[in-house]
Amino acid sequence: MSDLNSVTAAEAPDQMSMQPRPRRGKQDKPRSLAGDAWNDLRKSKIFWVAIVLVVVVLLMAAWPTLFTSADPRDCALSRKFAGPSGGAIFGYDFQGCDVYAKTIYGARNSIIVGMVSTAIAGVIGMVVGLSAGFFGGSVDAVLSRFIDIMLAIPFLLAGIVLSSRLSADPNDDGLIAVILTLGLLTWTTGARVMRSAVISSKNQDYVAAGRMLGAGPGRLMLRHILPNSIAAFIVVLTILLGVNIGVEATLSFLGVGLKGDAISWGIAISEATGTARVAAAPLVWPATFLGLTVLAFIMLGDAIRDAFDPKLR
Amino acid sequence: MDVLPGVDPRAPLLEVTDLHVEFRTQYGVAKAVNGANFWLSPGETLAILGESGCGKSVTAQAIMGILDSPPGFITKGEVRYRGIDLLTLPEEQRRKVRANRIAMIFQDALSALNPVYTVGFQLAEVFRIHRGMSRGDAKKKAVELLDQVKIPAAKARVSDYPHQFSGGMRQRVMIAMALALDPEVLIADEPTTALDVTVQAQIMGLLAELQQQRNMGLILITHDMGVVADVADRISVMYAGKVVEEAAVYDIYSRPAHPYTRALLESIPRLDMKGQQLNVIRGLPPALTDVPRGCAFNPRCRYAKDPCRQDPAPPAYAVAPHRTARCHFFREVLGD
Amino acid sequence: MTDVVLETKSLVKHFPINQGIVFKTKVGAVQAVDGVDLQLRRGETLGVVGESGCGKSTLAKLLVGLEKPTSGSIMVRGQDMVRLKGNELRRARRNIQMVLQDPYTSLNPRMTVGDIIGEPFEIHPEVVPRKGRERAVQDLLDTVGLNPDHINRYPHQFSGGQRQRIGIARALALKPEIIVCDEPVSALDVSIQAQVINLLERLQDEFGLSYIFIAHDLSVVRHISDRVAVMYLGRIVEQGYDTEIYDQPTHPYTQALLSAVPVPDPRLRGHRDQIVLEGDVPSPANPPSGCRFRTRCWKAQSVCAEKDPVLQLRERSPHPSACHFAEIRDVVHGH
Repeated sequence: MSDLNSVTAAEAPDQMSMQPRPRRGKQDKPRSLAGDAWNDLRKSKIFWVAIVLVVVVLLMAAWPTLFTSADPRDCALSRKFAGPSGGAIFGYDFQGCDVYAKTIYGARNSIIVGMVSTAIAGVIGMVVGLSAGFFGGSVDAVLSRFIDIMLAIPFLLAGIVLSSRLSADPNDDGLIAVILTLGLLTWTTGARVMRSAVISSKNQDYVAAGRMLGAGPGRLMLRHILPNSIAAFIVVLTILLGVNIGVEATLSFLGVGLKGDAISWGIAISEATGTARVAAAPLVWPATFLGLTVLAFIMLGDAIRDAFDPKLR
Repeated sequence: MDVLPGVDPRAPLLEVTDLHVEFRTQYGVAKAVNGANFWLSPGETLAILGESGCGKSVTAQAIMGILDSPPGFITKGEVRYRGIDLLTLPEEQRRKVRANRIAMIFQDALSALNPVYTVGFQLAEVFRIHRGMSRGDAKKKAVELLDQVKIPAAKARVSDYPHQFSGGMRQRVMIAMALALDPEVLIADEPTTALDVTVQAQIMGLLAELQQQRNMGLILITHDMGVVADVADRISVMYAGKVVEEAAVYDIYSRPAHPYTRALLESIPRLDMKGQQLNVIRGLPPALTDVPRGCAFNPRCRYAKDPCRQDPAPPAYAVAPHRTARCHFFREVLGD
Repeated sequence: MTDVVLETKSLVKHFPINQGIVFKTKVGAVQAVDGVDLQLRRGETLGVVGESGCGKSTLAKLLVGLEKPTSGSIMVRGQDMVRLKGNELRRARRNIQMVLQDPYTSLNPRMTVGDIIGEPFEIHPEVVPRKGRERAVQDLLDTVGLNPDHINRYPHQFSGGQRQRIGIARALALKPEIIVCDEPVSALDVSIQAQVINLLERLQDEFGLSYIFIAHDLSVVRHISDRVAVMYLGRIVEQGYDTEIYDQPTHPYTQALLSAVPVPDPRLRGHRDQIVLEGDVPSPANPPSGCRFRTRCWKAQSVCAEKDPVLQLRERSPHPSACHFAEIRDVVHGH
């Protein structure tokens, strides 16, 4: 306690804060929000669990042969719904294909579709939401009505039309068409979330303070508003990633998604749904992988969001 | 009105003894109130004065039984209304006392009123629930009450919604609601902090008038030394969860006995003087999770000597009859 | 001749009230500031007082360029801020900075204190070369009484009073001549208020700053101000040196306002000349004709509704007062 007194006497009024003292003491190196966030992330268990899962899935997508030597297209009806045997540790599906191999090979299409379409939706959503919220007035009116119109279009109908238009060529595998379709149709929720978050942080005093100093719109948006309004947006995106992987299956099932003998988790799940009572494995395993992947990205998003909030440090 | 068992009409109207409240959070235990003592008589105004975080509002919440629990817990002490300890009373009876005998108004009248019901409906509801009145009678009473708190054209305004009232008028509605059941004690928690000075004067005037009419005991919780000087009979000054000084209003302002009171008085600018030196209390109030040993004020105190930095904390010394101060050196403070 | 650093002439800000979402039609205007003439001299503090809705915060925003005036001019060093554009405006802005009211919302929670105080240098890179910036920020922290080693902490790690010091350091960064303080201490505890007021006074002496000090707390304004302007519904109703306003107020509104402020001295109880005003401030979207105070004024006569009283010296008012019946009445001191 004598320690406390001497500190107070020497440094008043700069000590004895109500807040918890920072763990790091005096630091000379200049720090940035990103740098601090990384320091924080490194200590987060959730972050590392998520990273391990994501890396495994990415490896699966890039080099499926690392995980299995079986050919997912080597199917024989004689093995229909056969139990696990040899390399096929998950058994066989209704066409007698190796469920394990199919799940491993399915990662590539699913991950590409999920990540790229979410990235597209994210970029569009962020730009639209940020501009609508920041500029307000007629910009907001036009963009918001556009979002409303987008939301009013029946998703599947638009998906079918768009996807079939985008891949008219029968030799095309449909991957790019699916990605574009999903990206162009699913950005609206993110844009709305972004817009409302931007509007609430736009009116904060620190934005006024920046404006007063003479900061231009770019600095205000990127430095002051975006970092303080992106949290909810990240959550929307991580959820969207999982949703899009699933929706790809719906489109493929309707014949406007991935074409030919494409393999993806979504397709595998929709194929196995009808026969789930006969054999659960062909449904359970791709669904489990899909679930774990989505979970990993959600955890990753959560960890990143928390790391960028200094109050939680 | 029905009579509560155990009510002793000769006992003080309200008496708080050795009240301890703590908040258990993930960051540790914050001791918000560490032994608060005071009493209140009918018709009297007691001001509880202190800065944010000193425990004044928590004390009021504990008396009213509206403490958020968890995280807040009353760990010790008594709150006696006419001799009955409210803290040990069964919940239902306690609720009855709270509804009928002790009422409270808050700083933020807008959030204390429900925005989707008319003011009249909310007032009438009090009578319908607690007095079992019919809709028509309750509405009549509501108009009467709005009239008593001097809302112009009460009859018309009774069917307005809270957002249609100005800040001052909303506070009047809150007062009307608090007075609906004729309480004997009114606790006002920073009732005018959110209001402009001219409106503040109106509200304080109204409170004083209503108090006199009804011979009500008023506990005024505030940080404003000016308002206190204008209306209080007695003052309890709180710091870090303790009442550090308790005295009649004239004594406190002319000869404070606790260094904190003294420093507060010297740190506020006055309207009727120019060029006075503002004496700064250096440092900050302590974190309630980490209250200094001994006297909680010692790190900021210019009278502090060794005994102040050691436990036990200074007891409530009797400075004069009905006057206490928790300072080992109150004689020196008084002498200066 | 005293050196005038800032002067406003007939400054007006009307906020249009619109109806409709896509096709907007103007249905009226909130007359937040309606013809304000102010002069601020070098090294002095001009206090602006008034109740909520009187337009004092809008005035502050106009002065620092957060809002564009509907009409009128803001002259700083002979340049009209309203008409400046581009680079010239940017340079001129350096000269007039602001301290905001709420220390909890005026600092970006995701920036370190070093970044917050250093931001002015990034926006105006010509003020301090890149290399010297960290040093400059640390000097500023030291100037406002904070530990320069805390440059890497975030705002939430500081108390309210300390945060307000950070806000003051940010305002000082560009070495302005004028600082507009918008209720700088009203969010702080009593014992912390005095610390910040003393700091502001010290900085004024040290750097020769001129302050426009906007507050609703009349005691604080008296303490810090050399001259005081009283605002009501967008207009200045009385202006003068602090002793003139506080000891010899001539406008009924000033008198009512002052008489409502409680004095921390119980001996004055019942001996003060208290004027309790009836009713509330009228809406600035539909202010009364003539004198705007007449609806609450006990002196009002028919001339008040017809003729708008000008802010000027009057027979019984030795300082400018906007009342046809201006007359000295000391309401502050007991009698």
